[in-house]
Amino acid sequence: MPADPTPQTSASKVPLWRQPVLRALVFQIALVLALLAFGNYLLNNTLQNMEQRGITTGFGFLSNAAGFGILQSLIPYDETYTYGRTFLVGLLNTLLVAGLGIFFATLLGFFIGVARLSHNWLVARLATIYIETFRNIPLLLQIMFWYFAVLRPLPAPRQSLAMGDSVFLNNRGLFLPKPVSEEGFGMVLTAFVIALVAVFLVARWARRRQEETGRQFPTVPAGVALVIGLPLIVFWLVGAPMHWDYPALKGFNFRGGLEVLPELAALVLALSIYTGAFIAEAVRSGIMAVSHGQTEASYALGLRPGITLKLVVIPQAMRVIIPQLTSQYLNLTKNSSLATAIGYPDLVNVFAGTTLNQTGQAVEVIAMTMGVYLLISLVISMFMNWYNKRKQLVER
Amino acid sequence: MNKKLLAGLGVALMVTATAYAGPTLDAVKKKGFVQCGVSTGLPGFSAADDKGSFTGIDVDVCRAVAAAVFGDAAKVKYTPLTAKERFTALQSGEIDMLSRNTTWTYTRDTSLGLNFAGVNYYDGQGFLVAKKLGVKSALEMDGASFCIQAGTTTELNLADYFRTNKMQYTPITFDTSDQTIKAFEAGRCDALTSDQSQLYALRIKLQDPNSAMVLPEVISKEPLGPVVRQGDDEWFNVVKWSLFAMVNAEELGITSANVDQMKASSTDPNVRRLLGVEGVKGEWMGLSDDWGYNIVKHVGNYGEAFERNVGMGSPLGIARGLNALWSKGGIQYAPPVR
Repeated sequence: MPADPTPQTSASKVPLWRQPVLRALVFQIALVLALLAFGNYLLNNTLQNMEQRGITTGFGFLSNAAGFGILQSLIPYDETYTYGRTFLVGLLNTLLVAGLGIFFATLLGFFIGVARLSHNWLVARLATIYIETFRNIPLLLQIMFWYFAVLRPLPAPRQSLAMGDSVFLNNRGLFLPKPVSEEGFGMVLTAFVIALVAVFLVARWARRRQEETGRQFPTVPAGVALVIGLPLIVFWLVGAPMHWDYPALKGFNFRGGLEVLPELAALVLALSIYTGAFIAEAVRSGIMAVSHGQTEASYALGLRPGITLKLVVIPQAMRVIIPQLTSQYLNLTKNSSLATAIGYPDLVNVFAGTTLNQTGQAVEVIAMTMGVYLLISLVISMFMNWYNKRKQLVER
Repeated sequence: MNKKLLAGLGVALMVTATAYAGPTLDAVKKKGFVQCGVSTGLPGFSAADDKGSFTGIDVDVCRAVAAAVFGDAAKVKYTPLTAKERFTALQSGEIDMLSRNTTWTYTRDTSLGLNFAGVNYYDGQGFLVAKKLGVKSALEMDGASFCIQAGTTTELNLADYFRTNKMQYTPITFDTSDQTIKAFEAGRCDALTSDQSQLYALRIKLQDPNSAMVLPEVISKEPLGPVVRQGDDEWFNVVKWSLFAMVNAEELGITSANVDQMKASSTDPNVRRLLGVEGVKGEWMGLSDDWGYNIVKHVGNYGEAFERNVGMGSPLGIARGLNALWSKGGIQYAPPVR
């Protein structure tokens, strides 16, 4: 007589500890409990030992006055603000570098990646040399190199290189006139936002029309005209509500205007060039992953190489590129913590540096800093995964 | 990711791993050397020479402790630390003592779980400027930018000074003092600010030391001294009295050259007590009776250490000033050995 084939009855015959599902569940719960207990033990032990050694603990220090200055701050800050504020200042400076770095690295990476596949022998070789050079030199050295390469040859503030009376370059940075808005500038901003929305709508309409009728619409020139033109007209209509704040040499340094620090410039330069080399390789691998038959088919249909690249190759290459791009963005963000080597006031320099040392609360400060990097990375990761899903090959 | 994060993690792990390692002195005797935290390179205070051995007035405190414990000043291992790493290294037990031109302040003494064992150099914060700038006083430096080392009292004093005098400034902070002087030389900042002694030490690192000068203003009190962990009084005593022994030896006229003769023939009870001939016992600190003799014999007295490392005969050429003995117009003063 064969055994009963239905699982229900067979399960009832098997003793509890031999049921795979139940056993797996028990083991998993046990593991989670053990991990929690271990974490709890570590935390308690740390706190207890620190108390025993007379080390102050807790996050109360965040509301104490910091008492030190910071080189660059995107939000109002001076030494009377709190340690909590230094955290924000450092975080924003990190985000600034990461944002600029990601932008320039992406531009550079795509450009070089495509150039490496160029049929022009010289262009392709130059791209190869670029990639192999910058990919294989440690980033810290590159940062140091750019910092001193940018810094050394430039003159002192009193002998600045000047372009007219408004742009100055010296070893303290690049000084540009800063636009200062007056009353009524809000209208211009509103016009800009309206223009953006309009461009979005026009692009959607143009795509739909092309899908239906095959007729093309010059979306890009129209969009550019709209985004630049509309705010400009409004700006002129409301009577140019803006003036320029020019940098001027007062005492030791330039004051006023917009200041680009050499530390920021060197860091963005080094990060973009370094990460750009990796992105270029990702782009190349993506493009090469698209079968050459696709290109040939596209040419056979009479599409020109530029359009073939844009409409056939790149969209298919993106699904290979994006996951690698995500890793590179995460690397760049985390690498930005090397800023501390050249004195750029990022999160690690300001918060995990000066604040940590002035308060001595290493565990709290490092925990917060690591938490923030984790959070930034997770956000970038989430965004890129969402983007990846949108760009994935839709099987028809 | 980098050193600081590792150091931070290190604290968390080490604090948890070793609940309490027992008195530091026992541990030091067992392993056979003193692990001493020093700077990453500050001539005169703690710097490695071309043979890789450390010298300096801070290093001499480490050597004095080793001499007191082992009778051999060479039984020290050095851990070079940046300003930012130093307290974490001490708290986590990575080093036994810190002797790294560290300013004694209320916050550090009370909230970091540390004890300052005395003052081996009375310092004050000053400014180093390029001569061609034509500045004669710090009060003329409204709007100037300053190269500073991160994680020092310097950062706070600078902020205070400029706030009090209603002037503006731009701070550019680096990890090590070496980076500050490089940036200063590259013209990134108008002035370098640090403890005055350090300014003299850093100035000799410039390609042309005569191109820069130290301004007369001293804007803060910086009592520098060795530091130990809180909660181990026996070890605290050893470090404290090693330093006091050096100062007392100078006061009593005992030098490394005449210490043997003094030990054999001196009738001064103060000398005899310090050198362990009569009266006091070394075992009260857990050491041999000749701990004081060993310090003077192998390291020298405070004055010798000062002259050798930072004094007029050294490249730094710093006058004794505040660091002269109390009996000679300074404020170096040690409790008596009795």
